Order: sequence, then C-alpha cells, then structure tokens
Amino acid sequence: MPIRRDKRDRYVEIEVGAPAEPLWVRCESCGELIFRRKLQENQYVCPRCGAYFFLSAPERVASLVDEGSFEELPPPRIEEDPLGFSDQVPYKERLSRARVETNLNEAVLAGRAKVQGIPVILAVMDFRFIGGSMGVGVGEILALAMERAAEERKPFVLVVASGGARVQEGVLSLLQMVKVVAARETLAQAGVPYIAILTYPSTGGVLASIGGIADVTIAEEGALIGFAGPRVIEQTTGERLPPGFQTAKFALEHGIVDAVVPRAKLKEELVRALSVLAGEG
Amino acid sequence: MTGEERLRLLEEKAAELRRLAQEHDLDLSAELAVLEQKIAALKRSIYAELSPWARVQLARRPDRPSGLPFVQALCAGFYELRGDRIVGDDPALRGGFGKIGGARVALLFHQRGTTPEEQRQSRFGMASAHGYWKARRIMEVAARLRLPLLTLINTPGAYPGVQAEAHNIAGAIATCIWQMLRHPAPTVAVILGEGGSGGAVALAAADRVLMLENATYSVISPEGAASILWKDAKFAEKAAENLKLTAQDLWALGVVDEVIPEPPGGAHTDFLGTVEAVRQAVLHHLRELSTKPLDELLRLRYKRYRHVGSAGSGH
Ligand SMILES: [Zn+2]
Repeated sequence: MPIRRDKRDRYVEIEVGAPAEPLWVRCESCGELIFRRKLQENQYVCPRCGAYFFLSAPERVASLVDEGSFEELPPPRIEEDPLGFSDQVPYKERLSRARVETNLNEAVLAGRAKVQGIPVILAVMDFRFIGGSMGVGVGEILALAMERAAEERKPFVLVVASGGARVQEGVLSLLQMVKVVAARETLAQAGVPYIAILTYPSTGGVLASIGGIADVTIAEEGALIGFAGPRVIEQTTGERLPPGFQTAKFALEHGIVDAVVPRAKLKEELVRALSVLAGEG
Repeated sequence: MTGEERLRLLEEKAAELRRLAQEHDLDLSAELAVLEQKIAALKRSIYAELSPWARVQLARRPDRPSGLPFVQALCAGFYELRGDRIVGDDPALRGGFGKIGGARVALLFHQRGTTPEEQRQSRFGMASAHGYWKARRIMEVAARLRLPLLTLINTPGAYPGVQAEAHNIAGAIATCIWQMLRHPAPTVAVILGEGGSGGAVALAAADRVLMLENATYSVISPEGAASILWKDAKFAEKAAENLKLTAQDLWALGVVDEVIPEPPGGAHTDFLGTVEAVRQAVLHHLRELSTKPLDELLRLRYKRYRHVGSAGSGH
C-alpha cells in the first residue's frame, strides 16, 4: 500500500493495494522496483527515494516495542452498526471486509508493552481499516486504553493513522471525539503522561480530539497533519495550497508538533521522551 | 422504538405524574410542562412527517433565528468579548456574557449572517482557528467566574482554510471540547440550525444538549457523505436519511435531551416565539443543573460522554 506524492511533492495519497502480496513492489514516487523483503527491512521506506510506505498496526507495534512485550487489551463489547447504515455497501459488510483484509477487529490495536524496558500502554491506529476512522469501537478501545494507563500509572502512547470520524456511525462517531477527550482528562487527573505520534494521515475528528491534545506530540516524517483534507480546502475556499502544506515540517514550523522524526529513529525518540517523563518523582 | 411507541410511553408517564400529583397533593406542574412539551414536539414530528432532507433545508435557512439577534432577544444586557488574545478575532463565532431570567451566563454562538456582506464576512458561520481559540478563552473566563455556559450552535462546520490549518484549528477544537468537559459550572448547548461536525461538537460537550425541532446535528453534511460513500452528491437526500441527523432521531438515540418545538412552518415564521421557547427550555435545564454539587455535575458529565454509543446507553 504505497504512499504517493503528487508532482509538486505536496501531499501524499494512498493507493489501496491488492490483497495478494507480490514479491516485488514498485515505489509510486520514484518508480523503482523494490524487493519486498528489502523494503520490510528498511521499515517500508523506499531505499532509493525515501518515500514512506504505509505501516499496518501490527508492523508499527513491532517497530516500536521490545520484542514479545506487546499484550493486547481485551476488546470491548459494543453494539455494531448502531444506525443500521447502508450506502452502496451495507456498513456491516464493510466491517467484515475490513476484518478479513486486515486481520484486525477494529481500526486501532491497543495493549500493554515495553519500550526499551519502560512499561507503557500503546494504541496504534491502522489506516487500512476503513481509513483508520473512529466510530464507537475505536472510541471505546482508546478510552479503555487511557483508563488502563491512568490506573496502572503507565504513560499512554498513541500512534495516529486516521482520516477522521467514521461516517457510517453518524453523530455517534462525532461524539467519540468527546469520549476520548473525557478519557484523556482521566490521564491528566492521574498525572500520567500522554505522547502522540502523528503519521500519515492524522486528520479530521481524530486530530481535532485525542490527536490534538497530547503532552508531547511527535510527527513522523512523511506524515499528513491537518483538520481538513487538501481537496476539501481547495474545493471549499478556492485557496491555493502552499508548498509543503500539512506536512510534518509545516506542523513543526507552525508550532503544532514538538519534533519531526524519520521512521527509523521513532523508537529512539520515544525512548528519549519516556526516559524523562515516565516514572514517579 | 417507533415514534408512536415513544409517544405512548411519554403519555403514560404524563398520566402517571398527574395521578401522583393528585394523590399526594404535589406540585408537579414544572415536570408536567416539560413532558407535555416533549409530547407536543413528538406529535408534531410524527404527524408533520417532514423528511430528514426537508429538515436539512429548514435548518440551513438564512432567516433561521440564530446569531447575535437571537442572543440579544434571549438575554438582557449582552456584553460581547472579542478576540482570541493571540492573533485575532473571528466574526463567525462570537461570545460574551448576559443575563437570562436574572442569572448570569457566559454565551458562545455561531454567526452566519443574513445579508450577503455579513455572510461573506462570517463565512456562513464557519469559524476558523481564531474563533475556536477565542471560544476557549471565553470558556476560561467563564470558568474563573464560575458562570454557567450556554452555547447556541448553527454552523455548517469549522472553516477548512490554509490560515485555519496554520493556526491549528484541530488543536483549538480539541481544546474547546476538553475545556467544556472541565467547566466548573452547568453547561447547556442548544442546536438552533445546523450542527455541522467538528465545528459543532467543539461547543456541544455540555451537561444538556437541546435541539430545535428542525435542527440537524451530524458528523458530515449529507452532500459530503454522498460524495464520499456514494461517490455522487446526488445521493444527499438518501445520506440524510441514513445519517440519523434529525432532532427526533438523536433524541431516540439518547444524544439529545430535549427537542424544542417549532411553530408548524418552522422557526423562521416566529422569531420571538422561538426565542421564548428556547429561553424556557434553557432556564428549566439550568435550574435543574444548578441544584447539583459541582463534583456530581462533573461526574455525570463524564459518564454521559464516556459511554456514548456503548451498549446500554440512551434513554
Ligand atoms: Zn522510491
């Protein structure tokens, strides 16, 4: 599932790939044919041009935590498809398809983990699962994870990869924004630090709620960070988007994030922040 | 539950209250009045049978009661605060202080404008980052003074612009939600017209959420949903049905506490009547909330939003 930049190198776009995994993949940015194993070893960054490819939640977890330390939290029980929503495809069917394609239950994976020996509660979103969108299920998993972090007094780490709210759950999705902010307040009351890592994409209702109010906010190089998508902005306002708009660098320059870090250095960066923030005293 | 079943339930409740009042010589007229209002709203919504799409059109009318004229009619001595104290002001989201029924409240509201000039200036009620940073500032002032907070929502959504992104509109919205959840006094949100996605929810994390009968509240506009999910904006009407964005649907989902009735033709046919209906509803809820100690208020507020959409929530 490659990330593509447009000709002006302005923003990136994801091509939802075929389910079969070929041995070779072509970098949509530079055209290079890359051996999949080589790409994997390079954490899905193009060895030739440095373009970022998409990471699934399990791959992201593996890239950040000590080997074998991730232990998933029990999934919440929720009522699915609360509105009985159907567009061209019934929402229930979209859900089961996403489950088959990703082997995940929802668009976020949360659990206990250790990062260089430091215990944390980690939640990682997965863009492959209906655009990483937040409905009741995602809201519930995130809230439970934060409550667990507050209770166990472990830092909460969230990796955002989400296009925003899940349209098929209507206003209930919108209100998950309030739910996760409410849970975030329990972290604050417990004095437990919260570190957000913004990746491609961090947009819409997730950025405008839990993604936007961490104690420390780190952007992965190659991230897209913004409230509204570039196309929506152009269509609604007719404004020309400046070069580098909504990139990680743009966010850093506008005071929206604390650091921009290449994928290969993310764990190191996280450890540096955690070493200072984690623990008592 | 269908509308008719809900109606029967409410009517049974009202009968029960009347019986209790008579048997025990109690004054339950306030409770009864609220219930009767609900019943009337429900009746009309059932019998009028406006489609969700028709309500979307009503909610968007430029002459819908809202904005500054509404606030000036609603409360005595409205005093406006301007600016976010960082970079600027935003005419699309305004606020300040006023008195309702003799009590001081802080107010925040969207301004859509009625003339083309006003509409251009306030971007049809789409507030930018300054607007939400200003809202945060006004919430903080209100928190210091322990004033109840009343928000009046009518926006297509937050403004999607280059400047808005540069000034962290996402962070501003998130911060407003957080601030509302922590507000150390009662909070009431009223959706007067359009309750459009993030721009609406930023002001809606309240103890009580009320909606005018033909107002809408949605995660995305029907047109937006149609173009994303149906790949064709022509399906907007269908999307409006699927999104469950009407006051009646949201009341049934437990998202909204009260549906405030509108005159048969819609709120725009009776500006003062609409203001009065909203005043009565707001006063009723503020009075009820003011009896609760602060820790109880915050606990209930947390519970309400922590469990939204989870199994077992709702009326
Ligand atoms: Zn490449």
